[in-house]
Amino acid sequence: MRGLPVLLLVASIAYGATDFNRDIRPILQARCMGCHGERTQMKGLRLDNREAALRVLSPGNSSASLLVSLVSGKEPKRSMPPGGPALSAAEIAKLREWIDSGAEWPQAGALTAPKVEEHWSFRPVQRPTPPASRNRIWPRNEIDQFIVARLDSVGWDPSPEAPRTTLIRRLALDITGLPPSPQEVAEFLGDNRPDAYERLVDRLLESPHFGERWARPWLDLARYADSDGYEKDYVRPHAWRWRHWVIEAINQDMPFDQFTIEQVAGDLLPNATIDQRIATGFHRNTLTNREGGVNVEQFRVEQVMDRASTTGTAWLGLTFGCAQCHDHKYDPISQKDFYQLFAFFNGAGELDIDAPLDGEMGPYLASLANYRKEREALLAQFKVGQHQPSWEARMKEARAFPGKWTDWDHALDALTKYLDNAMAILDTDPAKRSRKQTDAMTDHFLKNYHRVISKELWKELRFTEARKKLGELRQGFPALSEAPVIVEEAVRPSHILIRGEWKQPGAAVEPAVPGFLHAPPANADRSRLTLARWLVSPRNPLTARVAVNRIWQELFGRGLVRTSENFGRQGESPTHPELLDWLSARFMDSGWKRKALIKTIVTSAVYRQSSAARPEIEATDPGNTLLFRQSRLRLSAELIRDSALQVSELLYPAIGGKSVRPPLPKGVIELAYGTDAGWPESTGRDRYRRGLYIHFQRTVPFPQLMNFDAPDATVAACKRERSNTPLQALNLLNDPTFVEAAQAVAARVLRERSKGSAHERVDYLFQVSLGRRPNRTELETSAQYVRTQISAFEKDQASAVQLFPTALVGVSRAESAAWTALASALLNLDEFLTRE
Amino acid sequence: MNFHAFQQRRDFLRSVAGSLGAVALSNLLSAAAPELKGPHFAAKAKNVIFLFQEGGPSHIDLYDPKPALRKWHGQPLPASMTKDLNLVFVKPDAKVLGSERVFRAGGKCGTEFSDFIPHIASNADDICLIRSMHTDAFNHHPGQALLFTGSTQFGRPTAGSWISYGLGSESQDMPAFVVLSSGKGTSGGSMNWSSGFLPAVHAGTVFRNSGEPILYLPNPPGISEQTQRSRLDLIRKLNEEHQHDSGDASIASRIHSYELAFRMQTAAPKLLEFSQESAKTLEDYGVNKEPTHPYAVNCLLARRMVERGVRFVMLAHASWDDHQELNRKLKKNCDITDRPIGALIRDLKQRGLLDSTLVVWAGEFGRTPMGQLERVDEAPGRDHHPNCFSIWAAGGGVKGGQVIGRTDELGLQITDSPVHVHDLQATILHCLGMDHTRLTYRHMGRDFRLTDVDGNLVRQMLI
Repeated sequence: MRGLPVLLLVASIAYGATDFNRDIRPILQARCMGCHGERTQMKGLRLDNREAALRVLSPGNSSASLLVSLVSGKEPKRSMPPGGPALSAAEIAKLREWIDSGAEWPQAGALTAPKVEEHWSFRPVQRPTPPASRNRIWPRNEIDQFIVARLDSVGWDPSPEAPRTTLIRRLALDITGLPPSPQEVAEFLGDNRPDAYERLVDRLLESPHFGERWARPWLDLARYADSDGYEKDYVRPHAWRWRHWVIEAINQDMPFDQFTIEQVAGDLLPNATIDQRIATGFHRNTLTNREGGVNVEQFRVEQVMDRASTTGTAWLGLTFGCAQCHDHKYDPISQKDFYQLFAFFNGAGELDIDAPLDGEMGPYLASLANYRKEREALLAQFKVGQHQPSWEARMKEARAFPGKWTDWDHALDALTKYLDNAMAILDTDPAKRSRKQTDAMTDHFLKNYHRVISKELWKELRFTEARKKLGELRQGFPALSEAPVIVEEAVRPSHILIRGEWKQPGAAVEPAVPGFLHAPPANADRSRLTLARWLVSPRNPLTARVAVNRIWQELFGRGLVRTSENFGRQGESPTHPELLDWLSARFMDSGWKRKALIKTIVTSAVYRQSSAARPEIEATDPGNTLLFRQSRLRLSAELIRDSALQVSELLYPAIGGKSVRPPLPKGVIELAYGTDAGWPESTGRDRYRRGLYIHFQRTVPFPQLMNFDAPDATVAACKRERSNTPLQALNLLNDPTFVEAAQAVAARVLRERSKGSAHERVDYLFQVSLGRRPNRTELETSAQYVRTQISAFEKDQASAVQLFPTALVGVSRAESAAWTALASALLNLDEFLTRE
Repeated sequence: MNFHAFQQRRDFLRSVAGSLGAVALSNLLSAAAPELKGPHFAAKAKNVIFLFQEGGPSHIDLYDPKPALRKWHGQPLPASMTKDLNLVFVKPDAKVLGSERVFRAGGKCGTEFSDFIPHIASNADDICLIRSMHTDAFNHHPGQALLFTGSTQFGRPTAGSWISYGLGSESQDMPAFVVLSSGKGTSGGSMNWSSGFLPAVHAGTVFRNSGEPILYLPNPPGISEQTQRSRLDLIRKLNEEHQHDSGDASIASRIHSYELAFRMQTAAPKLLEFSQESAKTLEDYGVNKEPTHPYAVNCLLARRMVERGVRFVMLAHASWDDHQELNRKLKKNCDITDRPIGALIRDLKQRGLLDSTLVVWAGEFGRTPMGQLERVDEAPGRDHHPNCFSIWAAGGGVKGGQVIGRTDELGLQITDSPVHVHDLQATILHCLGMDHTRLTYRHMGRDFRLTDVDGNLVRQMLI
């Protein structure tokens, strides 16, 4: 086992063979502290500091350590721990490894009174000098100096630069999420200028598709969806406005500090613009529970908790949610800290505001009077005014005397659940309600009056017909688009909620940031805006590191901190801490510019390495911790769709806008309860929009997205799995969307190489699909395949017509079908699904 | 996964991997099968059929006879009895609704079942009935989340996914976790079979009992089976060529997925071909009859899937959420499901499969003794009730012919041997040979498990 010492060497360089905080602390904490900690010391033994624990530890010799004998069952009569399951083999192995390597215990008394400030991510960001390297040829920028210093220390060379065809496809997918066309590849290959690569990077960064590609990870963090979630799962017709804002902000390279402030507290900025208010839609992505038995206040509290913990995850990379019910077990986040963070959001309420798109306002105003007149006329025709006021009055009575009238109880419940802010509207004098409030109340009344009247009367009133006519009327008039935002709506006292129960308020708390981090300016108020500014203060040790790490993760497949979701003490330490700090400092110092940071990273030599495996060292560093090569990364669900649409030229590349509903197989939408709206399929070019625009119905997410590991939009998702399943194969082989793409790719090749030989066509097909030319074997195998398929389809014309329904001039059906089959095979290749 | 299956898989992968070296092969095995863990100890059950009755079936009209309800009928309960209840629609002073059901003793053991479910009752000696189930959630979505994921928080894997992750698949041509549904959609939707933070390979695959059984299963128009095979051969050849260049062993696992997909294309439709089933079997399940037809097909499919090594089959039937018209709606659902379920248990037993197949019947909560009147001109129903409800299990190492737990004279509170949803989950895992405290997955910096931080094995359930 010659590799072993190197393995240990690499591991210890990377993050220490066993890391006390990561590997050992949790075991001691969870399994031993109950009886051998600060409070209790059974048999006089305590394991909360090294000195005391030495009674059962022999550093350097695990076999001689009593601790190991006790937990591994070698002392049958006093096997530890006495209650609960035994330690797992893996846990015992970790303990052994730790003891054998000297039982290092980084902090005195670490288990009971940890010194918070010693945890790496809570310390201020440093500005390290990039280490000098013996290798003076390879590094292209400072990033490489950090990387190569590590590689030097184990005597490894970095990988050579990837071929240019790989580089352009890698860059295009990483920056815009769309593979390059053969023309773009050819231009790059033919560009002999020394800065051709940098020019390519600049061009891609200026593409409006950049915003689409880089919005997606942020949408994952925000748990963006187009429906409420939970049982009823109502559609959110305006949710896209926030997504659109994100895409535009990223395209305009809005600095990350501003990006943060506007989303957390855009409404509180002086003279907030509509866009700044739309930004707060980040916090409207919480799920909404309209189920019958939900207490409105209980659910409001749950939403505020969700906003607090999502903020903690998205910006600070900490698991604040753990402190909802009790002090955090591992990080210095007390329950009080959690509810102080909660308090920043407790006064916020939900509102859908008028947020007209360009060109909407004029026509709307011009036709408003007419619309009101016709609406009033319809309401009068159906005698709505004769019923609604008394219905409202009874609603108030039902509220005052719950339990008195069953049907009215239910009707009131429906009103509070289905109409947002219903009680506030009910309590506003009808004459003083806004137009929107008036219409919302009437619309709800018309839909729900049946709950409290006889079936005969309901029939007689014909309110269903009235609703239909009102709907048609609305459709016929120009409307203003709306946007979901948050606003400060009330001053609500906040409390620590005992065990997280909304009904059990404990001590009162004020809005405040966690005490173990830096304080906001002394003169700052306790508003959400203060929180927002505190998040992006240059003194904040977490925000920049967390953001930079996630960008790194997108470009290398994993972060410098592998646990991008957890920078706390249960998370992993960075593999290259100085590099992370250097990047974070640079990010902040250069104005929090995303594009500049991405450019710095993708122009480094470490990014430009080949991703080919290196058999001689793979086994020593299987996680590629030292970044001795690039990684092959399976594309995300959306990018797989986008790539197929792009290479087939079916893509409708409009940027932003409403969500679309591409065809969905029968029987899918019916699997959930709350999907009465069905799936009104998009028509025309909207069927071919990029994956991130697909309507996300939380209880019935789009199958292709889920098959390829898209998150379910319920909690902040910091990274995605890259799984590999047979359902993915079926999806790509047989889904009509991908079959259509294969047909279009075949048609494209036959059209653009109409005079070409089979070999020339195969060559072009590879360029279209994979951005490179085939090697000899690939060329022969593919050409041979097409020949066989042509003769098979000649014998089976019916199949040929089915596989290629629209004939091309001058090409036989058999030939078109055969090329479709080949194109489909190429769109199923591992390479097609992979960024190399 | 037993050794034989493992060996088969290994042989298969070896043939796929072709000329790869030993190192690459071991990488491949771990890449292709991250679930290869196996049970913690020897176990009776290898498979689970989970008969999920969505919406909260009424325990006091099906499994827990309460003659006293009639005595109380039409009267409100004293405030002392209702003060801590979590009620959804009804108010604490709602009037008690007597049950019109007649309960009869079933089997030798004499456990009493409602007259609406005679076929289930006829299997009484195989059934372990728990009358003292309780849960923390009193709304559908959270209740279902708790039942399947062990938490009302989002993003956790469901029981079927945990089991797929813990034990792997025994099937060479079907996924480990399959979902069949009938009636309308469930409140939880896909959350009920989500793999949460586990890799997507462990998510439940929805299997439809007519038309295309699995999404995107059939070849596209114009692609014959032969063309499909040759398309796959080409994909494989080109993938192997590229693996040679890039040296990435994970390409071999993609080749493996395509082969499994191809086998599923043949195997899945075959599951729906009932021509080999005897006329008596079809008759027993009620396959060709209404109203049993769709549910009977699902029950028969469940048996056929278990025979083919599918680890966890979930049958979701919706909905039992009878807020109004209890008697009519309850009868309707019982008429649909009772006969097929009775036949399923008998059939499994006759084929010697019941010992290795754990069958669980459960909803997310029970219903109130108080009646609910949503409209004055409708018959009453019952509200959600999390404090006590009934579920049952059969086979797979569970001791039949017994009743666990007791409730008070109204079916309002548990009086003896409470069993929490987490306890049920712990016991299901135990039946499959897994210790629920050791089946863990590290996510967000900590180890998660199905039973969250709770769960006690219900030893009384076991043989």
